[in-house]
Amino acid sequence: MSEQLRELYQEVILEHSKKPRNFRALETANHKAEGFNPLCGDHFTVYLDIKDGAISDIGFQGSGCAISKASASMMTQTLKGKTTDEAEGIFSKFHDLVTGQTSGSGEDLGKLAVFAGVSEFPLRVKCATLAWHALRAALQGEEQAVSTE
Amino acid sequence: MSTVVKTPHEIHSEPAFDVHRIRRDFPILHQQVHGKPLVYLDNAATTQKPLAVIEAISDYYRHDNSNIHRGVHTLSERATEAYEKVRAAAQKFLNAASTKEIIFVRGTTEAINLVAQTYGRKNINSGDEVLITALEHHSNIVPWQLLCDEKGARLRVAPINDSGELLLDEFEKLLNPKTKIVAIGHLSNALGTINPVREIVRMAHARNIPVLVDGAQAAPRMQVDVQELDCDFYALSGHKLYGPTGIGILYGKMELLEAMPPYQGGGDMIASVTFEKTVYNRLPYKFEAGTPNIADTIGLGAAIEYLNSLGLEQIEQHEADLLNYATQAVGAIPGVRLVGTAKEKAGVLSFVMDEIHPHDIGTILDSEGIAVRTGHHCAQPVMQRFNIPATARASFGLYNTRQEIDALVAGIHKVQKVMG
Repeated sequence: MSEQLRELYQEVILEHSKKPRNFRALETANHKAEGFNPLCGDHFTVYLDIKDGAISDIGFQGSGCAISKASASMMTQTLKGKTTDEAEGIFSKFHDLVTGQTSGSGEDLGKLAVFAGVSEFPLRVKCATLAWHALRAALQGEEQAVSTE
Repeated sequence: MSTVVKTPHEIHSEPAFDVHRIRRDFPILHQQVHGKPLVYLDNAATTQKPLAVIEAISDYYRHDNSNIHRGVHTLSERATEAYEKVRAAAQKFLNAASTKEIIFVRGTTEAINLVAQTYGRKNINSGDEVLITALEHHSNIVPWQLLCDEKGARLRVAPINDSGELLLDEFEKLLNPKTKIVAIGHLSNALGTINPVREIVRMAHARNIPVLVDGAQAAPRMQVDVQELDCDFYALSGHKLYGPTGIGILYGKMELLEAMPPYQGGGDMIASVTFEKTVYNRLPYKFEAGTPNIADTIGLGAAIEYLNSLGLEQIEQHEADLLNYATQAVGAIPGVRLVGTAKEKAGVLSFVMDEIHPHDIGTILDSEGIAVRTGHHCAQPVMQRFNIPATARASFGLYNTRQEIDALVAGIHKVQKVMG
């Protein structure tokens, strides 16, 4: 197997894609948004329960490829308990990581650093960021579904 | 010691369809992708171009480039002659009754939009119906939706069964006095199903309803005879026919084309213009406004000539062999399910894998040099019918080999290994 492919489909990513965390609709959600990738049919809904400017609970539902699902799953793990400002900051760093716009290897992103391999596959950036775009829409209270196109 | 003496027959007999010799005509095939030989199995999206097509385009620009139907000078005469020769070749290719029935357009999508916006706007009114099938590509859905929205007409959809075959009885039941046009794909790009066009046309014509056929996938894969099909319109794309992008053909029966208003206004489509009145040009020029895509038309002509030299029947046979071989080999892999198992099928093998999304299949196959399409194939309603978001699709062309299908099978095993 090529090194790049091994980087992309790391064990932890495959594990999250098969057993996604926080894979549920939140009944307590006060923010939610959908994200679509119309080119491949990937579709996620992100649910947020925001209290006092912080994400007290987060969940997601939907379907997509291993990369998009693992990314959504690990996003929910990372962001639980963070303030909305921190969440925006993490997305921004994550975006730089998967698009290869960072010189570091994403150490400050913790577990999310496993997605560094995505930068070698430009066509998969949309997969890795789909749930994050939905998150941002939910944070900003946009009601319309966001699309990667 | 014995020597094997070859009979003259053995010495001279070449395979009827020598795919390895044919591959030499396609420069792009001879490259490596991620260190592996390219295995191009995305021919339903677009086909590769033989050298004859590439050279026809560059020769035109090197030697003959000029505007057509205008100048009296030598280059314009040459360009016009080359352009109109392609129309004659296209007429023969489709067995149309006249060159006047061959309209050059950008592609299948533009051909269908042309019919919807001219024939459709003239003949379809509030309360009327347009009948399509559940197998259609978006480009044979959306132009009709736009028309129906504008006119207050209704788009009806004939259903398919679990194999991806049109339910002909249900189709016939949907034909009624309000039906003003039927628009069907000849060969489904998502599933490979071949529709019984002759039968559909017979049913529609019995009720005086014209039929448009989207032939984008069929034209490169089987001999098309528009008079035998008796369809009223037939649309195809050059780039799926081993020709260039940006050029396609709309065939239309003369009496229908004569009665249709023009599509776009501009040069070439007029006979005379004053500010008070414009007299439209005769067919086919009435539908070819502006300077056309001359170079790519000439490229399309080279593609048609190339296909004629190989023989559509031989191509059809070769692809049928590939599809059979692939259906058995891919269908036998545990954890793989074929989507679209119609009895009458060609060129396309759509599949899904347990617990593995088509996008991941596509990325891992690409790492093996194998190009397949993953996604909804611009046929979202087909995906919804099968309750899946997407498929992986291998689609075959005249230059594909059984060895390439073996590579695909090995690639699928690798997908399973990587995805655990």
